[in-house]
Amino acid sequence: MERNISLTVNGEQRELAVNDADTLLEVLRDGLKLWSVRESCGVGACGSCTVLLDGRPVSACFLLAARLDGRSVETVEGLDGDGTLHPIQQAFLENDAAQCGYCTPGFIMAAKALLEEHGDPTDDQIRDHLSGNLCRCGGYPNIMRAVRAAAGRMSGG
Amino acid sequence: MADYSIVGKPVDRRDAVQKVTGRALHVGNMEPPGLLHVAVLRSPHPHARIVSIDKSRAETCPGVAAVLTGADIAAMPGITPYHGPAFADQPVLAIDRVRHEGEQVVAVAAESRRAAEEALELVEVEYDPLPVVLDVIDAIRPDAPIIHEEIRPSGAFADLAHVKAGDQSNICYHYKLRKGDVDAAFAEADRIFEDVFTAPPAQHVPMEPHVSLAYVDESGRINIHTASQSPSFVRGELARMLGVPMNRIRVRVPYLGGGYGAKLYNKLEPIVALLAMTTGRPVKYSLSREEEFQTVTKHGVVVKLKTAVKGSAMTARKCEVYWDTGAFAEIGPRIVHKSGYTSSGPYKIPNVSIDSYCVYTNKPPAGPFRGFGVPQVIWAYDSQMDIVARGLGVDPVEFRLEHALEEGDLFVTGTPVHACGLKEAVRRAADAVGWGGRAAVPGDEPSLSEAARQTTEAAGTERPGEPASGTKRRGKGIACGVKAVLTPSISGAIVILNADGSANVLSSTVEMGQGSESLLAQIAAEELGISHDKVHVVQPDTDVTPYDTISAGSRSTYHMGNAVRTAAANVKAELFEAVAGKLEIDAADLEARDGRVFVRGAEERGMSVTEAFLARFGSLGTTMVGEGLCQPVVTPMDPETGMSEKCTEYWFASASAVEVEVDTETGRLEVLQFHAAGDAGTAINPKYCEQQLVGAATMHLGLTLFEQMVFQDGQLLNGSLLDYQIASIKDVPAACHPIVVQVPHKDGPFGAKGIGETGALTVAAAVANALEDAVGVRVRDIPLTAERIHQALKEAGK
Repeated sequence: MERNISLTVNGEQRELAVNDADTLLEVLRDGLKLWSVRESCGVGACGSCTVLLDGRPVSACFLLAARLDGRSVETVEGLDGDGTLHPIQQAFLENDAAQCGYCTPGFIMAAKALLEEHGDPTDDQIRDHLSGNLCRCGGYPNIMRAVRAAAGRMSGG
Repeated sequence: MADYSIVGKPVDRRDAVQKVTGRALHVGNMEPPGLLHVAVLRSPHPHARIVSIDKSRAETCPGVAAVLTGADIAAMPGITPYHGPAFADQPVLAIDRVRHEGEQVVAVAAESRRAAEEALELVEVEYDPLPVVLDVIDAIRPDAPIIHEEIRPSGAFADLAHVKAGDQSNICYHYKLRKGDVDAAFAEADRIFEDVFTAPPAQHVPMEPHVSLAYVDESGRINIHTASQSPSFVRGELARMLGVPMNRIRVRVPYLGGGYGAKLYNKLEPIVALLAMTTGRPVKYSLSREEEFQTVTKHGVVVKLKTAVKGSAMTARKCEVYWDTGAFAEIGPRIVHKSGYTSSGPYKIPNVSIDSYCVYTNKPPAGPFRGFGVPQVIWAYDSQMDIVARGLGVDPVEFRLEHALEEGDLFVTGTPVHACGLKEAVRRAADAVGWGGRAAVPGDEPSLSEAARQTTEAAGTERPGEPASGTKRRGKGIACGVKAVLTPSISGAIVILNADGSANVLSSTVEMGQGSESLLAQIAAEELGISHDKVHVVQPDTDVTPYDTISAGSRSTYHMGNAVRTAAANVKAELFEAVAGKLEIDAADLEARDGRVFVRGAEERGMSVTEAFLARFGSLGTTMVGEGLCQPVVTPMDPETGMSEKCTEYWFASASAVEVEVDTETGRLEVLQFHAAGDAGTAINPKYCEQQLVGAATMHLGLTLFEQMVFQDGQLLNGSLLDYQIASIKDVPAACHPIVVQVPHKDGPFGAKGIGETGALTVAAAVANALEDAVGVRVRDIPLTAERIHQALKEAGK
């Protein structure tokens, strides 16, 4: 069945016609062309499609869009809207935290949720928080460094 | 190191901004108007005869544009329905028979993926199940069901021209090496060590699954956008299959979301091309994760090793390697050959016999996987090196150093070893892990960039120093090995110098995270004497970029690097000629640097690139174009003995040193520190070399500790990332250090070799060796799961 929902996407309110079976991933990619949201495992196990739903990290492939009426979604496209990179993006760039880059948007959104909750996370907190995001290039040490650097930058340190 | 202006510098990646903003173009983002989506019905049986297919109801489904079966493709005039890089044994869609669970049977193109999937539910296929063979050893028994009665040659690659299929056997290729008198050496041995090692099938799990898009353009040419590591191969193979000239096919490759060998040769390209030709519309096929597991895998192996020792020297080794290539050979024969001939190790052993077999089974096809089979043989031979050393009461590091081949020594094939930093890699890895009671000295490595120094810090907790306690035991392990680069192979490149001093590099090397774009720009910039950010590297486009064998096998830095360097040198020669003519001097006295050409030793006598263009052409509206080719050759191996004066262009050495902690109560193994050493020749960009070493090691840590595809009656039980685990950030050891060894190669670009696979090669054996060091049990099967270790401890009464 098709129904209309209202979804705030990167700060902009959108009225969307969605099918009951449509995942949030399909709506963001196929409907809104937000290509940073990447499909990979399809079962919420790899973090490639991580977006923020009302500030919390979620796997977009594993949520039905029809249930999200009135909610707010944030993707990487919303981070550098004014043309300057977000401190997390800048930290990923400076610390060579992207190799093939396919998982990078998901990691950045997961890191954003973490750093908004914990300004100065411990290494164990970073590891726990990012353990649902997979990087097959094995770039984890640089991702750790990037998240630490971003924490310092965002807290003004 | 020589005085280079940009080679050897840790230049930042040029694709970084695109990647952190999520804007990098992938095939998945492409949506031409009128795009159709593909879904494929796959076989539920591991082996069955197709009795009938009824697709009539699916064809009338709303939104369906085309439904194809293997029989439909076979009936298309002028179309060859089979493909494969070694044998043309794989049908685009199954014809008459299915040979593994998940084999493609019926393809639908429809207005949406969901419409295509719904149509598939209306297709009726009747199967008649056939006897199944899954185990690689069972498959070579005389009474085993035969999986391919007839095998068609492929002819795609020169190095596989000698590959001939077996007759009425599941062995589709046998590589053989005979050196010295193995039987006599065993008869005279003081001790004989005999072991069997296994490794299971696994999957590459690129975060971007396979995806390909095809359309027929207004001129009737077939255009393919594909996530592929081998655009040149795809063009040639499609031209052959479709019966059209190569220039009627255009293959383009944007950034890849990881490859690791999974995206080589033809995968989805034939089916999207055929559906685009059938419908006249653009067609895209994106694999689901589940389908990824059914498409290509890593070869499972059984490796039997028997080693003779006289005194403290190894005098003979007999290797039998059985490679499970699944239902289709894929590139199996090349792996069986190239990795087969290294399966006795980089050691001085006077008498060797090797038999390496490529074996069909009813599993999904196995293909190249980061390391091209070498991780499997090193897993075996460097586990056994430890077993032998311990058996003789010799220090395992010293034992390796004593037997390791050095510059000028002959490899087992009779090929001299050049620029293979094996001993240095072993020594530095051993020092870093604090081998033999020495204090760990990771900090003393002359690390090439800030990144390496910070990795220790990044790892956080300083676990390695603490003593083990309670039920936990610690141990250290080391392993080493070498890989021989795929030879022969070919890379071509074109460099175009523009009148403003900027340049374009045309190369078919695929950027999949390894940093090739930036690295090739560094090489071109160094040769042309311009800034690297003035170089644009064009993405693979077979209309524009010259032939390249594959972006794989740690070959691009050397082969494409050499091609780009030669192309740039040819441009520079033209540039120098222009300047020499204008200044009335000898071109041999000129030098290029910082965008200027000047007389060596007299910098004021010279001109900018732009001025040189004006001198040469009297105009700025033109270009200087240079072409470069790198085509190393081999001396063919003797078919009976496997001997060759030159079997490879270069060797690359790997050593891993680890410290592990094992819980004797649960069997759980944790890697506390990891040192990945690899010889890069010259590190063109040290940051990328370090990333490759750490990344490959991390990937193979997953394969060592928990990754395996589990089959029951031919059905894959864990084809999803919920059930198939890969290494996460929590699996990275507390200390993880790259050690970039640099032994320049005489013919490498600025001395460079490849390093993409190096960190992967020696992980498994190092961890198993550390396991024995910690708790005194030897496990000969990976993955080293807690269950397996626990069982081994129980059997050993520990």
